[in-house]
Amino acid sequence: MSHNQKSFWTPGNVLTAFILAGGLVLTFLRFYKGIGAVTNLDDNNPWGVWIGFDLLCGVALAAGGYVTSASCYLFGLKHYHSAVRPAITTAFLGYFFVVVALMYDLGHPWRLPYPLVYSQGTTSLLFEVGLCVATYVTVLFVEWSPAALEWLGFRKIRNFVIKLTLPLTILGVVLSTMHQSSLGALFVIAPGKLHPLWYSSFLPVFFFISSMVAGASMVIFEGTLAHKGLHDKMDETHLKEADGVAFGMAKAASFILMGYFFIKLFDITMDNDWAYLATGYGAWFLVEMFGFVALPSFLYALGVREKNLKLVRIASVFGVLGIVINRFNVSMIAFNWQLPAAERYFPSWMEVGISIFVVTLIVTTYRFIATKMPVLYEHPEYKDAH
Amino acid sequence: MHRRKFLSLLGGAGLASAMGATKVRAAGNHTFNGYPDAMGVLHDSTRCIGCRKCEQACAEVNNLPKPSAAYDDLSVLDTKRRTDAKTYTVVNKYNTAGLENPIFRKQQCNHCQEPACASACFVKAFTKNPDGSVTYNGDLCVGCRYCMVACPFGVPTFEYDDPLDPLVQKCTMCHPRIQEGKLPGCVEKCPKEALTFGKREDLLAIARDRIRKYPDRYENHIYGEKEAGGTNWLYLSPVPHTELGMPVVGKTSAPELTSGALGAVPMVVGIWPVLLAGAYGISKRKEKIAAEEKAEAVREAIEKTQASADGAMKTALDKAAKDKAAAVDREVKKAVAEAQKEFDEKLAAMQAPAEDDSDAGESPEEEA
Ligand code: SF4
Ligand code: SF4
Repeated sequence: MSHNQKSFWTPGNVLTAFILAGGLVLTFLRFYKGIGAVTNLDDNNPWGVWIGFDLLCGVALAAGGYVTSASCYLFGLKHYHSAVRPAITTAFLGYFFVVVALMYDLGHPWRLPYPLVYSQGTTSLLFEVGLCVATYVTVLFVEWSPAALEWLGFRKIRNFVIKLTLPLTILGVVLSTMHQSSLGALFVIAPGKLHPLWYSSFLPVFFFISSMVAGASMVIFEGTLAHKGLHDKMDETHLKEADGVAFGMAKAASFILMGYFFIKLFDITMDNDWAYLATGYGAWFLVEMFGFVALPSFLYALGVREKNLKLVRIASVFGVLGIVINRFNVSMIAFNWQLPAAERYFPSWMEVGISIFVVTLIVTTYRFIATKMPVLYEHPEYKDAH
Repeated sequence: MHRRKFLSLLGGAGLASAMGATKVRAAGNHTFNGYPDAMGVLHDSTRCIGCRKCEQACAEVNNLPKPSAAYDDLSVLDTKRRTDAKTYTVVNKYNTAGLENPIFRKQQCNHCQEPACASACFVKAFTKNPDGSVTYNGDLCVGCRYCMVACPFGVPTFEYDDPLDPLVQKCTMCHPRIQEGKLPGCVEKCPKEALTFGKREDLLAIARDRIRKYPDRYENHIYGEKEAGGTNWLYLSPVPHTELGMPVVGKTSAPELTSGALGAVPMVVGIWPVLLAGAYGISKRKEKIAAEEKAEAVREAIEKTQASADGAMKTALDKAAKDKAAAVDREVKKAVAEAQKEFDEKLAAMQAPAEDDSDAGESPEEEA
């Protein structure tokens, strides 16, 4: 710890401080001058990168929480245990900051609780998303809290919360299933605006299935990053199990991606959208399908078979990028495809800046938690969490 | 007599549950055909001259700010415009192939029978009124703009530049004026009767009549009759409506589109916990069996080890006992021998002239 004092201003920390300061300025601009002053949104393009990246990608990439805890507690894959806490921590932070980021995008952010407590628009899929996300953030907070409670030394509450693990895990999976798919279902209402290659009444299913891949890929991807930056914070169990977790997740992701590829194919056949494949959008669609679905599926499979951790990690990068590309396609690139180029949306640098700011906040908070709290290792006084 | 009905209900229910909640809700939504006395407006683009009087009237009755170009400046028609937060309606000019004169078409909210905006709003800020209009309550709005994503006609607009109270804005069909028995502002001002206000049913009849009487003047399609589940604004045109910038919109209404996804919710809520608890049970049971088998193996192993350990221990103990006995023996013999030797020495010394006899006598006992 003592060497930290001397070397606090590392290049990484300087960059972090720079981004955080810039983010605060942009935040001020957004709330002082309005959404229009910092975004390129307009009447034709009401949703931009704050929804496409912060909400859609954020929620999908935070799926590692339910994927890991379900594997460990519900499906009995006990050797995933050391991966649960980091995954739950990232998921909790992910969702929490999704809500924070949403504040920038809403015209009346302080009215965010309205749909829950004041006027319930139950015909809306956004209502379902809101309800689930609100509940799930709470569930994740409780699931995550033992790490903080152990750090603070609140043994009694901590032991009580640990007893809730099973019901919380089940609740978490139910809620995740629902809102991961509802995020896709949001776009089912707009068949005229979304390109036929991406529009489907199965969008909810696609979003749900791909969220599992996102979760698994993120567990591997984050593991890689954490091993680089926080290696000294990991205990032996964590280090010993890490490779097994990565291979297990990789195997699952490979199968799911393959299944995803085929149901997408099935969907194109059913709607008979083959003709569109010959267009520019078709080419882009093929890039998504082969470069970011089929390829990671293959790389994962190969990595597992050859026990090649490096390959698995490369595959996870493609898996994560694939989710981002898919969510961008549905919400921005293939959305409003019939509008003339001049009326299409491209994010302003300030919108992107706010998104970078939010991601930096997540990483910084994660680093703080992982250095202080028993996330990557087991607290010596609490070895019963199995 | 009721038997048949009963049976068909039963069959329907069985089928419905087999197909999941989806179809039931979709079927349920099918039946809403708008309020019976709902009003609407028919826009006949063969009569519209693009004078922008309706735009002006709309701004006046809704207290909207004046645009930069005056309303009698018709040059603005040369560029394509859309509605925005300060403009609820615009008229656009379309030069279509095969026709000498340009065609004009007015844009505003179409006041859908099953509005996508209302269906999409998660705080019920939109209301479909019995008079046919779709109105918005800014006090509820969270500003998420999902209504804008949902509207198939791209109608709702947003006050992006207001940091404090940005609202969604769109045509209200002059709902307040209709309630007072007045005409919508635009309809009242139109000098060419291109706009007709009336009951939607009557408007459809009028439109059909015009098509029948002048088949060569009109395209045989009333836009809005079926689009998006039917709208309360209806359009007649001499050319296909898409040539006037009207989007291609399917017949399916928004609630029908989303009922599948919404209907799946109760299923998920009901089934998942059962399945997951099952998965947990199975994995627990597997664990239990594994644990039992393990315990059994451990017990056997312990027994075996115990048995062999017992044997080894006994041998070791015996050996140790023997060794010990031998050692004691050896020590005693040694001690005795030494004592004997000392005794002999002392005896010899006593027999010699005595000088130093202090320590003598105790050592043999001590060493033994
Ligand atoms: S046209 Fe759009 S804004 Fe108007 S009622 Fe229909 S969905 Fe709502
Ligand atoms: S912007 Fe307002 S009116 Fe539109 S869907 Fe959101 S809450 Fe409802």
